[in-house]
Amino acid sequence: MAHTRTSALLKAVKKGKGGIHAPYHKITAELETVRMPAPEFVTLPMLQHIGAPCTPTVKKGDYVAVGQVVGDSDKFLSVPIHASVSGVVESVQDVKLANGTMAPAVVIRSDGEMKLFEGIEPPVVNNKEDLVKAIRASGLVGLGGAGFPSFVKLTVKDDKPIDTLVVNAAECEPYITVDYRECIENSWNIYSGVKALQELLQLQRVIIAVEDNKPEAIKVLKSIADKDDSVFVMGLKSRYPQGAEKMMVLSATGRVVPEGKLPADVGVIVMNVASVAFTARYLKLGKPLVSRSVTVSGDCIKNPMNVRVPIGTSLRDIVEFCGGFTEEPAKLICGGPMMGTAITSLDVPLLKSNNAVLALSAKNAGLKKETACIRCGRCHAACPMNLVPTNIEKYALKGDAETLAAMGTMVCMECGSCAYSCPAGKPLVQYMRLAKSIVKEAAKK
Amino acid sequence: MEDKKTLYTVSASPHAKNPSSAAGVMLDVIIALLPAGVMGTIVFGLKALAVIGVCVASAVAFEFLYTKLMKKSVTVGDLSAVVTGLLLAYNLPVDIPLWMCLIGSFVAIVVVKQFFGGLGQNFANPAITARIVLLVSFAGSMTKFADPKLPDAVTGATPLAVLGGAEGELPTLLQMLFGVKGGCIGEVSGAALLLGALYLLARRVISWRIPVAFIGSAAIFMLIYSKGDFEYTAYELLAGGLLLGALFMATDYTTSPINKTGKLVFGIGCGVLTCVIRLYGSLPEGVSYSILLMNILTPLIEKATMPKYFGKLKKKKTKEGKAA
Ligand code: SF4
Ligand code: SF4
Repeated sequence: MAHTRTSALLKAVKKGKGGIHAPYHKITAELETVRMPAPEFVTLPMLQHIGAPCTPTVKKGDYVAVGQVVGDSDKFLSVPIHASVSGVVESVQDVKLANGTMAPAVVIRSDGEMKLFEGIEPPVVNNKEDLVKAIRASGLVGLGGAGFPSFVKLTVKDDKPIDTLVVNAAECEPYITVDYRECIENSWNIYSGVKALQELLQLQRVIIAVEDNKPEAIKVLKSIADKDDSVFVMGLKSRYPQGAEKMMVLSATGRVVPEGKLPADVGVIVMNVASVAFTARYLKLGKPLVSRSVTVSGDCIKNPMNVRVPIGTSLRDIVEFCGGFTEEPAKLICGGPMMGTAITSLDVPLLKSNNAVLALSAKNAGLKKETACIRCGRCHAACPMNLVPTNIEKYALKGDAETLAAMGTMVCMECGSCAYSCPAGKPLVQYMRLAKSIVKEAAKK
Repeated sequence: MEDKKTLYTVSASPHAKNPSSAAGVMLDVIIALLPAGVMGTIVFGLKALAVIGVCVASAVAFEFLYTKLMKKSVTVGDLSAVVTGLLLAYNLPVDIPLWMCLIGSFVAIVVVKQFFGGLGQNFANPAITARIVLLVSFAGSMTKFADPKLPDAVTGATPLAVLGGAEGELPTLLQMLFGVKGGCIGEVSGAALLLGALYLLARRVISWRIPVAFIGSAAIFMLIYSKGDFEYTAYELLAGGLLLGALFMATDYTTSPINKTGKLVFGIGCGVLTCVIRLYGSLPEGVSYSILLMNILTPLIEKATMPKYFGKLKKKKTKEGKAA
């Protein structure tokens, strides 16, 4: 029975509501990942994850090697930062990040050698406590964009048993193709990461979920998973935001993550596919998270491609590596077009959680003129969380925290489906953020 | 790349938007309304075209003048005034004096729409309110229905009046469907209205919920009332402004609920009220009044049928849920 089952491609257990069909623009899908040589400088901000910032553990003039810790914190919700090139610490200073905030950072002048830190060795991992420790030490955060420390997800509490690992390879954001390349280029790493996690965390089953617009990835993964009774590949409808965590859990297991809760509360861990592949490499080699793949794309980039880049490389160096601009872009985006951050300048470092750098011309940058809301309801129809964004906007402008909370404002994941669909071009995500801050403020009182 | 100081546009995500626009949505509605206008002109002659023209032109003019005068941004480009003008004309009898059309447009655009804040803000349907104002003020002109200018047409009282007990002959059901009957300009041809509505459904401009709930509940009501007389029910559904109302007036975005359940409740309310007014009220037609009444109830309906958001906890107060 099990054998016939594994040879079939699983279908989504439940279909989520809403969502949108945006043009894919996955122009870099068939381009093999290119490794970028070490840049002259890397800037390693001490806050590259959700949680407490690290404190620099090196000072100006220190020599550091690839994989050496340069920042750490004793707070629980935090992961260490490692040198991504070998060289000398140029300075420890405050820098501006892509999202506009300032953070202390360690700047390293590369010696071009990319010498590996001597202390690097494979971690000894025999049980789940070892795993959590090792993953924290690796500096891993969700590589899919959220930047949540991965070890926290892998901390399984006895009162919240986990039975399913969902490996998220949906990659539903337009343009981005790094996860797809991971599936094509590193499928064995993905599988061995899956097996290691499954064994250590004693998970009944693993579901690798891919959107059905990536048949090649499905084929490769299936050819590996087919030999396994507990690892399944699931083809999901290509519909943004299929890869959003709560949507993923719903599609893969049919379970609804309640408001304010995490997938772990319904027995599921969701991990990005690149994070799983990294886990496998780390368990084998012990080399911490010092580089990552990014998709450099958009209609203003000369040579769009997938690049493997040392963390902390400035976006300017990355764009230059890709041939620079063909024309001056209207918008520069760190991340995908749906949830990424528009940035004012290329002089910001690449963070662990950045999966794309996009340069878009005015016609592709979603610069729609704002007109009056016609109450067409498309924002509501598009919302995967079944919210009514236009009404939430109304109450946000009134500052009515109680009604906003009752309307479910806090479950908004800022996916942007509402604003994408709005014929009146309303900046609904901005209003959702305002509404959330009003609810949060009121809850504090 | 050389200019290191270039600053790029920053705005909130998403950085992609679909190409729809408010004007595009209105254009779809205009296209959908065309067949009914053509049928109205065929049935009633060129005078119908004059009424339509005057209504549309004056609606646009009033919108333009008002926004200019009040120094608001001029919004005629969104085409919503054209839609209002069309709907108003479709709700008027062909022999109405043209100056009354002007009053209608003024009420619809200036009083009902702009006084309440413009597009998307008014609580009552502009065309319907204007029709009711005209009906109350000029009952004579508003209920004098011309006979169809077609051979074989049944003349005399409107079908609705005949159904209500007036002297007269009923057209066949087929004639009712294709517009060989007396009535307002836009309501004469059910087939043309249905064609337009199908277009709107296909373009996903409207959802099926309000029309189906409206027409369906009216049908059930009439069937029960007539003890299962299908023919009578069909006449009731095709007569008067029921189809025009259910397909194009009740589905007005601004004045109907935005959520699915709300739309159903709204549609059922319209259907039942229409029947009650037709059967038990002293008025011959109840569509406009029932829609207006439901317009007023829309905020309440929306509140009472607020959609259940994803992962909503039962009972427990939302405040206890920590943000993830
Ligand atoms: S999609 Fe835009 S125009 Fe339509 S109801 Fe929502 S906010 Fe209003
Ligand atoms: S951004 Fe928030 S409100 Fe808008 S569609 Fe996504 S979850 Fe819904």
